Amino acid sequence: MSKLFQKITRSQLFLPIVALILVLVFNVIKTPTFFKITIMNGTLYGFIIDIINRASELVILAIGMTVVVASSAGTDISVGSVAAVSAAIICYSLGPSQEAYKVPYLVGIFLGLMGGMLCGVWNGFLVAKMKIQPMVATLILFTAGRGIAQLICAGQIIHVEKVEYRLLGSFLPGVPLPTPVFVAILVIVITWAILRYTALGMYIQAVGINSKAGRLVGINSSAIIFLTYIYCGLCSGISGSIISSRIAACDANNIGLNYELDAILAVALGGNSLGGGKFSLAGSVIGAITIQALTTSLYAMQVTADQLPIYKAIVVVIIVAIQSTEFKKWFSNLKRKYAIKAEAAS
Amino acid sequence: MIKFFKDRIDEKTYLLLITILMFIVMYGAGMIIYADKGFAKPQMFFNLFINNAGLIVTAVGMTMVMITGGIDISVGSVVGLTCMMLAYMMEFMKIPAGLAMAIVLVYGILFGCVQGFLVAYLKIQPFIVTLAGMFFCRGLTAVINSEMINISNAVFLKIAQFKIYFPFLATLNKKGKLITPFIYPSVIIAFVVLILIYIMLKYTKFGRAIYAVGGNEQSALLMGLNVRATKMKTYIFNGFLATLGGILFCLNTCAGFVEQARGFEMEAIASSVIGGTLLSGGVGNVIGSLFGVLIKGTIESFITTQGTLSSWWTRIVISLLLAFFIVLQSIFASIKAKNK
Amino acid sequence: MSNDLLTMRHITKNFPGVRALNDVDFTLRSGEIHALMGENGAGKSTLIKVLTGVEDFEEGEVLVSWMDHPLINHSPQEAQKKGISTVYQEINLCPNLSVAENIFIGREPKKNGMIDWKKMNDCAKKLLKDLNLAHIDVTKSLEHYSVAIQQMVAIARAVDIESKILIFDEPTSSLDELETEKLFQIMRQLKNKGVGIIFITHFLEQVYQVCDRITVLRNGELVGEYLIKDLPRVQLVAKMLGKDFDDLAAIKKEGIEKRDRANQVPILSAKNVGHRGTIKPFDAEIFAGEVIGLTGLLGSGRSEMVRSIYGADRPDSGELSIKGKKKKISAPIDAMKAGMGFLPEDRKAEGIISDLSVRENINIALQTKRGMFRPLNQRERAEFTEKYIKLLQIKVANPDSPVKQLSGGNQQKVILARWLLTNPDFLILDEPTRGIDVGTKTEIQKLVLKLAEEGMTIMFISSEVDEMLRTVGRMYVLRDGELVGELTEDQMNENAVMAAIAGGEKDE
Repeated sequence: MSKLFQKITRSQLFLPIVALILVLVFNVIKTPTFFKITIMNGTLYGFIIDIINRASELVILAIGMTVVVASSAGTDISVGSVAAVSAAIICYSLGPSQEAYKVPYLVGIFLGLMGGMLCGVWNGFLVAKMKIQPMVATLILFTAGRGIAQLICAGQIIHVEKVEYRLLGSFLPGVPLPTPVFVAILVIVITWAILRYTALGMYIQAVGINSKAGRLVGINSSAIIFLTYIYCGLCSGISGSIISSRIAACDANNIGLNYELDAILAVALGGNSLGGGKFSLAGSVIGAITIQALTTSLYAMQVTADQLPIYKAIVVVIIVAIQSTEFKKWFSNLKRKYAIKAEAAS
Repeated sequence: MIKFFKDRIDEKTYLLLITILMFIVMYGAGMIIYADKGFAKPQMFFNLFINNAGLIVTAVGMTMVMITGGIDISVGSVVGLTCMMLAYMMEFMKIPAGLAMAIVLVYGILFGCVQGFLVAYLKIQPFIVTLAGMFFCRGLTAVINSEMINISNAVFLKIAQFKIYFPFLATLNKKGKLITPFIYPSVIIAFVVLILIYIMLKYTKFGRAIYAVGGNEQSALLMGLNVRATKMKTYIFNGFLATLGGILFCLNTCAGFVEQARGFEMEAIASSVIGGTLLSGGVGNVIGSLFGVLIKGTIESFITTQGTLSSWWTRIVISLLLAFFIVLQSIFASIKAKNK
Repeated sequence: MSNDLLTMRHITKNFPGVRALNDVDFTLRSGEIHALMGENGAGKSTLIKVLTGVEDFEEGEVLVSWMDHPLINHSPQEAQKKGISTVYQEINLCPNLSVAENIFIGREPKKNGMIDWKKMNDCAKKLLKDLNLAHIDVTKSLEHYSVAIQQMVAIARAVDIESKILIFDEPTSSLDELETEKLFQIMRQLKNKGVGIIFITHFLEQVYQVCDRITVLRNGELVGEYLIKDLPRVQLVAKMLGKDFDDLAAIKKEGIEKRDRANQVPILSAKNVGHRGTIKPFDAEIFAGEVIGLTGLLGSGRSEMVRSIYGADRPDSGELSIKGKKKKISAPIDAMKAGMGFLPEDRKAEGIISDLSVRENINIALQTKRGMFRPLNQRERAEFTEKYIKLLQIKVANPDSPVKQLSGGNQQKVILARWLLTNPDFLILDEPTRGIDVGTKTEIQKLVLKLAEEGMTIMFISSEVDEMLRTVGRMYVLRDGELVGELTEDQMNENAVMAAIAGGEKDE
């Protein structure tokens, strides 16, 4: 019994799931109708659906962030800005017309995703080739990205008026679940498949844990790190396209705003060490959903979007502090002292 | 000749010289290209300092942190928060200007303490700590007030608009009116801070310990320096300087709003790096950072004087400049490693 | 004796599971240079750490002549304040600070509360002048100067603190002959001033050049203290390695007599391969199915030689042929594709990937050899892991548990399994038996012989002579970063090997 209990509590997914349950329980107490799902016009509505829907972008970003953290022990803080760049490219290339897109829809999306990947190439180049600390390297696009997005949109908010453009961010006709959920699931499945059916997952972890040993068994560590940054750029692009479809426009100032912290938080909350190495996709996905649940409940408590970061910042610091080796040292010392005391008492 | 320089000038001075030269060339070019738009006038030059007094102070703090091998990306939101706190306290709570500024500075010190503790004692990556700090302050700004507040406090405005003239630089304008160039007190404060920190870094044990910690933490420890305390103190200084920079920034804008000073951290980091501070730590100079700020200011002046370019170009150009200098540093470092 | 500067008595120190020092005595007299000798794990660095307060100790006491109570240090800084300074192997200075600052940081001269740079620079200049380094510009940052000068600056710092005891921990490993000679001059100067110097080095020659007395440790125990003139070089090696040495007469001259392999194509031949700063260019020919040993003391270049063959440190000169064909090896993956495998010396830093499972650690090399897009399937992975766990008798409850939970010996077997799985023609084992239990050691030795019988070529490095004698058929001898000779099977016996390692007897 206690062995099973230990096995459960030691599992990497234990903490994220507990955190998710806590947030959900809190919500049920506050809003008894929290789990209620209704059908309106053939689509599902409810708090839960809303959380899963809104979490889609974050889940996708968190996946990209997870591989970057695992391989390079650093985070990509440009994800929000890169999402804005992708959104800007898509909206600019599709154009504002009500009747027809300037280029075919898929071409527009493709261009946007390519833009995201290009940003990833830039970040990857700086980190893997120039050996610059990941966060400094990505800081450049973190600031410049929104400027680039503004330039693409010529400082305006481009509205894509064609109705079909909204489909990606809302509901496909006849489908009761929102489209972003399917996109997120698709990204999860593809990522999982890549890691499952190639040796990439093992390489990424090996590079993150011990790049010297990785090199001696024949892994090209800088190529692996480079790849993860490109993938993260792609993920940012995908979430950018969803966000812009939700509002049917490109708002360079606000698309993906503050998402970088959410994505890092999702990774850390998922039980993944920000020091790189071993990672769990499932953890990050649950982490992302937890964050979105937290966001939604904070909104329900009249906290405005502007004020949200304050709470998230505190959560990040607490999680990272608990993960830190200094804290663990301190904690184990405390435990030992307590054990000695208990021994003396008995 | 080249050998003469090679013997005497090391890589640090190289980077600093590049920066100073770059500023002179850029400003000189501006004076020629935009002569008709007043680029050559003394006031234009002084405006560079007036507009960037806050940035100078913030960049000085950033330089200190970066010399220890750390970084602080929270300064932009600290500056934003400072403006909001000042505006809110003076307008809505009717707190006198002096007291409001003192409270803000105390906040800066406390905030620096927390960040310093997390970095120095819990050994969390400075980037993560200050990223959280950035979001914390931005959120706090919104909690205080989500609307823009304009400052109308008489004392504050008086300080903000007190002109210090330089009559000996006076020129006649086209209509024959005598124009006397001036600066505001914020510029004086910025320079006092710059000089004090310069002296501190050069002539005190604490200042040298900052360099030692950044050069090689392990060695610093073995040579008997208290590494943790040094780092902690540096972040406290930085917190204080960020809020002081915020006050100077606020004297310039006289308003507080949530989006205030977004991206300011990038300007501070870029100024510092352009001024020759190495991201790997151990090397840096506040004089260089001053020129970094001036370069950033010149770019901004270019873009506003030009008129048709969007202000977004400022950010992009600064980011590119930062990227350029970072890559340059990385190349320098790899050459050095190869020579060993 | 009245001029005993430092007396350490009955020092005992345990690390979890290991007795690092067992009842060790050490005495340092004033005005002497005292060599502390021993192979890896002998306990010499632990003894120094105990003395300088990096580690505490369980039993024994440390007495110094200038204090009337036993000395206990808690940190190197404290030791420094009490007059014991260390000059480390890696330079522990700040490269970004000026030479003068590096000497004075933490105790800068002051004037009006400000650092007095002029005085500091003057003092530094004077100090360096005493060390015959008058030409150094003390205001330039330290990184401008060679490692040798940096080492001198570290010494200047230690000298200026007016230490009564100076510890030199492998200070010469990065110095060339001239620089070393200069260092020795300084050491002699200090000695004449009455400073007691503890000198740790792996260069035997230098011990005989500069030291007065030798203390030898082995396996955490004191072997003995000897006057330099009483202990010839060969005997020193014997003491260090723990072998009784019959007599000098038994030594055979180290002759190089190649067996006739003229009509055989070597599986690997190296011409002029070298890596600047670690191993001087060497030629080597290795034939299929032989077990070839590399022998030499720690730091003699034996690891560096195999690293440059495997591409772990990309060689900067020479060329390599494998089975007669020229191969360019610029990264380990090239070597792997050419049929090599490499078990590195430092298991923890370069061998195991600690957080990955045993299964992944075993499969990873075969995986990278096959390429990323041809992953081993579940069945293969399980099968291979199962097979090698059984074959090498790796003790692991669950192959999915992280490899870091295994004991050292089992971790080593995991790495062996990793390479055997790739079915290499040529396997390099760098200290495969270090730090593992006796049972596993024998198992590994047997395995090496069995593999060779099956036709695999093995390059074997070990610090233990008898282990080498049992396993290898031919030996390369390395000394001071250079391949100096070869011992064929009929030349190999304990005495000959030790004589070869020690070398240079004829110069004395």
